[in-house]
Amino acid sequence: MSRIKIGVVVFPGSNCDHDAHYVASTILRQDAQLLWHKDGSVGDVDVVILPGGFSYGDYLRCGAIARFSPIMKDVIRFAKNGGVVIGICNGFQILTEAGLLPGVLLRNKSLRFICRTVPLRVETTATRFTNKCTKGEVLRIPIAHGDGNYFADDDTLQQLEDNGQIVFRYCDEHGNVTPEANPNGSRNNIAGIVNDQGNVLGMMPHPERASDSILRLTDGLKVFYSVLESFGISVPNTTVVSE
Amino acid sequence: MKRYLPVLREEPDVTLELALEHGLTEEEYYRMLKFLGRTPTYTELGIYSVMWSEHCSYKNSIAVLKMLPRSGKKLLVSAGEENAGLIDIGDGLAVAFKIESHNHPSAIEPYQGAATGVGGILRDIFSMGARPIAVLNSLRFGELNDARVKYLFKNVVKGIGDYGNSFGVPTVAGEVYFDNCYRTNPLVNAMAVGIVEHSYIAKASAKGEGNTVLIVGSSTGRDGIHGATFASEEISEKSESKRPAVQVGDPFVEKLLLEATLEAIRTGHVVGIQDMGAAGITCSTTEMSARGGMGMEIDLLKVPLRESNMTPYEIMLSESQERMLFIVSKGYEEEIIRIFKKWDIEAEPIGTVVNSKFVTIKVGTTTVAQVPAKSLVLGGDAPVYIREQRRPTYLDQVHSFDITSLPPVDNYNETFLKLLSRPSIASKRWIYEQYDAQVRTNTILYKNCDAAVVRIKGTTKALAMKTDGNGRYVYLNARRGGQIAVAESARNVVCVGAQPVAITNCLNFGNPYDPEVYWQFYEAVQGIAEACTILETPVTGGNVSFYNESNEETIYPTPVIGMLGIIDDIDQVIDSNFKEPGDIIWELGRNFGEIGGSEYLMMITKKAVGDAPNIDLHYERSIQQCLLEMNKHNLLKSAHDISDGGIAVALAESIVSTKGLGLHVEYNCKIRPDFMLFSESQSRIILTTENKPTILQEMYDLANKFNVQLTKIGIVTDRPQFNINATIMVDVEKIKDVYYNAIERIIE
Repeated sequence: MSRIKIGVVVFPGSNCDHDAHYVASTILRQDAQLLWHKDGSVGDVDVVILPGGFSYGDYLRCGAIARFSPIMKDVIRFAKNGGVVIGICNGFQILTEAGLLPGVLLRNKSLRFICRTVPLRVETTATRFTNKCTKGEVLRIPIAHGDGNYFADDDTLQQLEDNGQIVFRYCDEHGNVTPEANPNGSRNNIAGIVNDQGNVLGMMPHPERASDSILRLTDGLKVFYSVLESFGISVPNTTVVSE
Repeated sequence: MKRYLPVLREEPDVTLELALEHGLTEEEYYRMLKFLGRTPTYTELGIYSVMWSEHCSYKNSIAVLKMLPRSGKKLLVSAGEENAGLIDIGDGLAVAFKIESHNHPSAIEPYQGAATGVGGILRDIFSMGARPIAVLNSLRFGELNDARVKYLFKNVVKGIGDYGNSFGVPTVAGEVYFDNCYRTNPLVNAMAVGIVEHSYIAKASAKGEGNTVLIVGSSTGRDGIHGATFASEEISEKSESKRPAVQVGDPFVEKLLLEATLEAIRTGHVVGIQDMGAAGITCSTTEMSARGGMGMEIDLLKVPLRESNMTPYEIMLSESQERMLFIVSKGYEEEIIRIFKKWDIEAEPIGTVVNSKFVTIKVGTTTVAQVPAKSLVLGGDAPVYIREQRRPTYLDQVHSFDITSLPPVDNYNETFLKLLSRPSIASKRWIYEQYDAQVRTNTILYKNCDAAVVRIKGTTKALAMKTDGNGRYVYLNARRGGQIAVAESARNVVCVGAQPVAITNCLNFGNPYDPEVYWQFYEAVQGIAEACTILETPVTGGNVSFYNESNEETIYPTPVIGMLGIIDDIDQVIDSNFKEPGDIIWELGRNFGEIGGSEYLMMITKKAVGDAPNIDLHYERSIQQCLLEMNKHNLLKSAHDISDGGIAVALAESIVSTKGLGLHVEYNCKIRPDFMLFSESQSRIILTTENKPTILQEMYDLANKFNVQLTKIGIVTDRPQFNINATIMVDVEKIKDVYYNAIERIIE
């Protein structure tokens, strides 16, 4: 395979849709398309990205209304059939609301929106989203959210830990997972998880904001390159430069 | 959705007394009668009173504003002609940008006031067809330890953040000062920048007889009625009761409005667009008609209302947010409405463009107002005044302050750290982390930098942008303060490697009927005009906010400049951070040890005293050109403007974002040490370069070529210690702690 089709869903209020599309098309050079929320189908894409933003204004609860939009029915079908889905920020919130990922994202502990580039520790490389990383590697990727405080009950949390579904944790610059390094109060410093089949990723940090050397942040590319490689696409073996 | 219909009630008879209550003067009442040739209806009185309010008519400022240089080869429209200024940046692209105040609403209802300030300026940008790519702000509050100030501060920041974050535009730069004079009257100025392809620029005029007038966006309610008039008075106890005059914003609707608007423009059937800001339907219908030399017939029965029993008067004066007026080519209404429907936005035909000089407002078949468009608008027949001015009496007193009376500094480390922890100087991290600064993935620089840098996808270019304005300088010396505001904002964009190209300005002043305030206004505008002429940065537009005073305080006269710069090659972007041990630290420019009006003097005396620092605009220009030339030769590793807190603070700011670095500076210019370290003498920049003989020689050669002073003052070290003349010796970690956490420690 030389190229894959990446669909970026546009909900009313999505605002990182163009950013994800830009990375998919211009940086990764794949076939990228925007998928309109009122359409009932994701078409023939290989990967669906649910982008960041404030779908439906986030007025009821983040992601709570978006999950009912026509396209989500098909995203759920796509995911259940093993299709690759990446939910970033608001997209992660929508995935939990839609039941594709366990848990929920609460208000940040500080009750404030936080925009900051944070270190993330890669917890597992046995996913199609992190196979280009090394275990314990520290990535620098920006967060920008008001509701990123991941919560799940003890049993769910234990399952996630036991199954190796926790992909990224907030850490300090040396990779230590500490309470001080946790920007939003998420349980077990969780920043990103996959479902138990390993085809659906939800993460609060924005890899699409760290995929362009002009922006002086490129660690997000490792996530996207991992996905491409999982489709058998050869990707540059970059040692990416960080800020 | 339930549809509400307007009601026709018997309206009060219009008398001089009623007109006075509406804020018109006697003279203006008779002027209105003359234009109409009869006594106005109540609705017409409402229309004249908002259109002739200071906020809409600029009646007390426009004559002075005309002194500003408003033309240049890159300007695509003249100032005031459209919703915002428009600059050609090549590659078939133009930049729309403008700054506007939302001071009065923010003083009463800080969250919504600030949020709708951002919303309003964004609509000004995308109503021209431009996609907003960045917002900035300029804020002024009282001292942060005051409980009311904390409330205003926290909510203004949250309002700005929530609106921009949800809308999806990065908030990339700003400035914040804290001073008691802004305690009851905070300043909230918001600036937006957008990009548009030349072929999709939308005009704000009504043309083409028979074309359809659409109202799009939110429905119309009673919010914000008389907002414009409210903004044209001083703040008093009565202001609290005017809370309904503050609008409520909905960034989600605005985001949809943006996407739908840009899509509609691409059909080629949109003739004109204007945002509905102050004075809502009144202002947009009359201004668009006047610009197009046409008239309109509007039927209020067709305006979607969100409340029952609204009168024509209320509908015409509503300032409900997220609404716009579109003129669409006859026959293409359905196509345009379909696009808005796709985005779940209401769009309703409410009238037509007519070949007449009147805007006629009807409810069904009943005419409730018929007004000549030109008689209402700025640039038409709205009143124009030049007010009496008088040099303020306080000036002699503040200038006579004897700076030699200042006690010598006892403990330099302590004084330095105290200065660094002052909220006006300390890191604004607590603020900027609440703003999404990176959405749209264009932001190259946004924190700890002299100016924000935003790249333009599909080109090698980037834009630099910054807001600037030191009100204390203007208070002490209005003309010089105006000059410095422009010079410093230009210097800021130069420090990131950009060529300054044009400005937008927001002029925040007190009551123009006070001759001393008017003198400040006149002088400051003169200063801005002089600096813009010499630095070749014409004024593309902006906003005047008068009446920024209460019973208790009058603000410093505070003109805020929004500067735009262009970087042709992204690789030329530089920042203010020191880079490597061994690099040479330079001072470009000359320190005169001026301490008047400085943050240091303010800290010691608790008063704005002395005179503002001097500025030689031609020298300033040379400094800026010299820096750009040095950067073109790839000599520079960092550049940072020396401003509030002087060279000591500027050096600290250059080190706080680095890891493991320190500095050793030997700095001597035969001035009293505290004045030398904390002086805010203008036209000075800290530079670093590699320590290589050929580079040092090139640096000196360029400084000679531009005839500016360049002094080697120190070296970047690999030991995290901050050492200036062994007078200030502090661990860099201590500096970081004080600098980054000062504001949080006061308000949390």
